[in-house]
Amino acid sequence: MTPYLLSGVRLHFDKVRNTNVLLAPERALMLDGVSYEILRRVDGTKSVVEIVGDLARAFDAPAEVIRGDVDAFLNDLKTQLLVGDRDA
Amino acid sequence: MPEPNPPIALLAELTHRCPLMCPYCSNPLELVQKQQELTTDTWTRVFREAADIGVLQLHLSGGEPASRRDIVELTAAAHAAGLYTNLITSGIGLTQARLADLVNAGLDHVQLSLQGARPEMADRIGGYKGGYDRKMRVAELVTDAGLPLTLNAVMHRQNLADLGQTLDLALSMGARRIEVACVQFHGWATRNRASLLPTESQVEQLKKDIAIARDTYRNRMAIDFVPPDYYSDFPKACMGGWGSTGLVVSPAGQVMPCHAADSIPGLAFESVADRHLGEIWRSSHAFNAYRGTDWLPQPCQSCERRDVDFGGCRCQAAALAADPGATDPVCRKSPYRPKVDAMIEDMTNGARASDLTYRKFG
Repeated sequence: MTPYLLSGVRLHFDKVRNTNVLLAPERALMLDGVSYEILRRVDGTKSVVEIVGDLARAFDAPAEVIRGDVDAFLNDLKTQLLVGDRDA
Repeated sequence: MPEPNPPIALLAELTHRCPLMCPYCSNPLELVQKQQELTTDTWTRVFREAADIGVLQLHLSGGEPASRRDIVELTAAAHAAGLYTNLITSGIGLTQARLADLVNAGLDHVQLSLQGARPEMADRIGGYKGGYDRKMRVAELVTDAGLPLTLNAVMHRQNLADLGQTLDLALSMGARRIEVACVQFHGWATRNRASLLPTESQVEQLKKDIAIARDTYRNRMAIDFVPPDYYSDFPKACMGGWGSTGLVVSPAGQVMPCHAADSIPGLAFESVADRHLGEIWRSSHAFNAYRGTDWLPQPCQSCERRDVDFGGCRCQAAALAADPGATDPVCRKSPYRPKVDAMIEDMTNGARASDLTYRKFG
């Protein structure tokens, strides 16, 4: 899977609430730190494997643990029609 | 009164002008004339103030927002303020060139209204001949421009049988989302209840159909469902709680907690011309009148759903119980519920269905 944000879906830093949000049609998702770190690597060119590897290096954590979180999060966003897959 | 959370969404009713005349229009019965509309500069200031107090989503609506000659300028101003911009439109007045300008101005999303899945139904309900065909063309232009498209299909007794066709149509139009929105009985719709209120058997069927459709269209098209007024056992949490998430600015600059709030007697609204949007949000009478739960009457105050539905819809309480501070009369626990049931019976009795009263300037 090579995830990308569907058109009209974008990251935004909310100055008032001091948090990152994902803005989308009729939606505004407040992001926690982990969600944001995943999403800011989603650019339509990096595969999930590369994103996981990148996160494992950045946070010095085992890739297999991170993989589960990333898959669950991105699949959820896919079902909500916020994220697409370039490989699909 | 504790400090309210920052609002998330602003519904900007740029104008009440519209080429369509839908008999369920959510605009108030007393429409704002063109001469009273806010200027480009004032809207621009309102958008900045909105972003400053935490608004993330801006809905550019009306009437038909494309009736404003400055719609591209307004979109650019909203985008510059950092807002996510959503154009809520009938599609009439949008050309390929104008859409390209809107995309360049930073438009994020288009919500297109659908009055019916068949031309004769759509044009009759919208009161605009050729509207359906124009809409199909506009949907194409929107998706060609790379913008995400949501369809807003308003459903009622006369078109509920077309639900399946409506969903198929939405998918074929390239919609990523569809809102199956049953008519909300405020504003103009109250004049057409006898013609538009769904029957009980329609509502039962609808709930089943929606559950199946969500499965059928999974991963292809999201389905949002606005259930019909009057049929629920418990009221809707109107606006997610009064003055808690969003605000509405009327074409003339009146700031309201919901788009129908001026149907509630006794509320004093303030204007963006006089005060900063943030001050109005925090301290105006209209926003504080029903904010939180302290004001709630019984049986709401001791109800386990107190923090779920916040007593329901104030406009509905005003309209059906003649008391905006009452428990929403739709609630099974409300003493007015038998009156609601009697009204449903009366309104869905075929003999009462009458001609439609269309929305128009008085």
